[in-house]
Amino acid sequence: MKKSLSILIIFALCVSLCTMLAGCGKGSMAQVYYLNFKPESAKAYEKIAAEYEAQTGVKVKVVTAAANTYEQTLKSEIAKKDAPTIFQVNGPIGYNEWKDYCANIKDSQLYSILSDKSLAISDQNGVYAIPYVVEGYGIIYNNEILDKYFALSSRQKKVNSVAEINNFNALKTVVEDMTTHKSELNIKGVFASTSLSSGEDWRWQTHLMNMPLYYEFRENTAYQNPTIAGLNTTDITFKYANNFKNIYDLYINNSITEKGLLGSKSVADSMAEFATGQVAMVQNGNWAWSQIAGVEGNVVKENQIKFMPIYIGADGEENQGLCVGTENYLAINSQASPEKQEASLNFLNWLFTSETGKNFVTNELGFITPFNSFEQSEQPTDPLARELTSYMNNEKLTSVPWIFTSFPSENFKTELGNGLLEYAQGSKDFNSVSEGAKQLWKTER
Amino acid sequence: MENRKVNPLKKYFPVFVGPTLIAFIIAFFIPFIMGVYLSFAQFKTVSDAVFVGLKNYITVFSNSDGFLNSLWFTVKFVVISVISVNIFAFLLALLLTQDICGRNFFRTVFFIPNLIGGIVLGYIWQLIFNGILMNYGYTLTSNENFGFWGLVILINWQMIGYMMVIYIAGLQNIPNSILEAAKVDGAGKTRTLFNIIIPNVMPSITICLFLTITNSFKLFDQNLALTAGAPANKSAMLALDIYKTFYSKSGWEGVGQAKAVIFSVLVGVIALLQLYLTRRKEQEY
Repeated sequence: MKKSLSILIIFALCVSLCTMLAGCGKGSMAQVYYLNFKPESAKAYEKIAAEYEAQTGVKVKVVTAAANTYEQTLKSEIAKKDAPTIFQVNGPIGYNEWKDYCANIKDSQLYSILSDKSLAISDQNGVYAIPYVVEGYGIIYNNEILDKYFALSSRQKKVNSVAEINNFNALKTVVEDMTTHKSELNIKGVFASTSLSSGEDWRWQTHLMNMPLYYEFRENTAYQNPTIAGLNTTDITFKYANNFKNIYDLYINNSITEKGLLGSKSVADSMAEFATGQVAMVQNGNWAWSQIAGVEGNVVKENQIKFMPIYIGADGEENQGLCVGTENYLAINSQASPEKQEASLNFLNWLFTSETGKNFVTNELGFITPFNSFEQSEQPTDPLARELTSYMNNEKLTSVPWIFTSFPSENFKTELGNGLLEYAQGSKDFNSVSEGAKQLWKTER
Repeated sequence: MENRKVNPLKKYFPVFVGPTLIAFIIAFFIPFIMGVYLSFAQFKTVSDAVFVGLKNYITVFSNSDGFLNSLWFTVKFVVISVISVNIFAFLLALLLTQDICGRNFFRTVFFIPNLIGGIVLGYIWQLIFNGILMNYGYTLTSNENFGFWGLVILINWQMIGYMMVIYIAGLQNIPNSILEAAKVDGAGKTRTLFNIIIPNVMPSITICLFLTITNSFKLFDQNLALTAGAPANKSAMLALDIYKTFYSKSGWEGVGQAKAVIFSVLVGVIALLQLYLTRRKEQEY
């Protein structure tokens, strides 16, 4: 009796073990596995995957990496057997790190619909990563509050309308004067919190840092554009360090939050401050629209949200536009099986060329795409996207490219962010921050 | 038949130990060996490693990214928190084995923090500390000392309850006859504590010291949630520093792995040494 019982138990154990292993083996394996970079689009991608499976029967698995953890998620996911088939690199530097995993997609339909072929990341004879969204950032402002300011009788009369703010000095004059009239404008600060908590400082260490280095690399005329110049620069002079300091000081001195407390603020905090009308301006990009719209108790009117370029006091900045570019490039995992690679490309084609797919891209994801499969009427209609397109179409203005894709490494940005936090808290002077940045550029390159 | 009588358990060894052993080998032993190998390699993902010899270890000890700083930060933290957690836990255990009203209620209250996960705890305490520091114009990230003491307070709050339960069990195991004999012999309270109670709870002390030392060394989630190393990685403990080296610095994966090996050897040696020393004390009685 006992013996038969124990045999039974052993048998049960073996069976369960076998089924478990088998379960890991195939059962749940998806054909297409997309590792998504944008947490704000996670829900939309779930819908897209469900729709695609309903239409074609091909299973699409979408995993979204939490904010600022894409690199580590990718690193651990790609080593697995069921690895992502579509993943994203953040530009030439990112491609360089992942080139062993990027398939040549020169003959794909996705590449053929790319309007400007120079945007793709290519290498010798191949094309390895294709951008799928064009984004722009600058200073987002609440026009209602600015109108109120320009209607004040007690204001300084140097700058008289938003249109006149086309250089750093004008911006500084207006911002500082607005700070002195805070109570009449019913705001708590001109700028939203300069979020500096860990992982939340990319608006400064990446986006704002783009400005001084763009002007520096632009002067290097040996290369065809500032990004390539940046990629070939082993030693930055950080010539515009003072300009960077000026605009950064303007942000932190006219902020809703005291300088010493900025280390506890996140991007979501800043966007909420803007959405609830506590501040007039915030530096961010058109992707922030969903965040502004999603804040509870939001009071900014949709037609009063506008963009303004970031001025740092460089020569000729009167004609400067928004910072327009992308750091979102799709790549196909070359180590996945050929069937999977093809399935992945088919999925992307469907997403960017079919009517259903395009509808998702325009309305759910809200992407301005660089593909010619999209008509003018198929661009997103949120206020920031509309502002961005009108800036891009304004022929008098030159957009600033995202040259930060040439920054040497993630670590360069992280360390710069650490320095900026310590500077804001007063435990480091700006000179050592800028010296540190120069030093890091050299060691990380 | 003879054989079975001699050692009936032997036959069932593979049945009882087998599954655990297999799981242990797959989930712990093999990854550990792989990890040691990877610490001598240069790699992007764990499946494409190239052997580079001692290079990673040299980088670690040259302190170019502050490994030694976080080692020092961790050691300070371990010394202070091990002492404070054990003293407070022991005092609480003494108090809650007396005849006081609501004894079980208080035991539960002190134990509960231990049931909350580290990340949640970290964020809750971050709010509390920032809420207090804000009144003085500081945040947790203003200075690494805030992060340090924040972590010490947090770990005390979390671990005291657990250690207290172990000490209570130890205290309840002391035979009443010994305590009464001491009383009859005229031993005062201090004398009873140092000569009767403490020697008799040595087994509990061994366990508690072991748990607090290893847990404080390995502390990760609380550190990540509370400060994430800010400012400038100055408040990053070893585990967090290793994680950051491995994941957020491209090309440093092998160095992170080397740090991890050094770390596990270090914790292992210290824990074994502690076990050896306190066990020896136990045997005297």
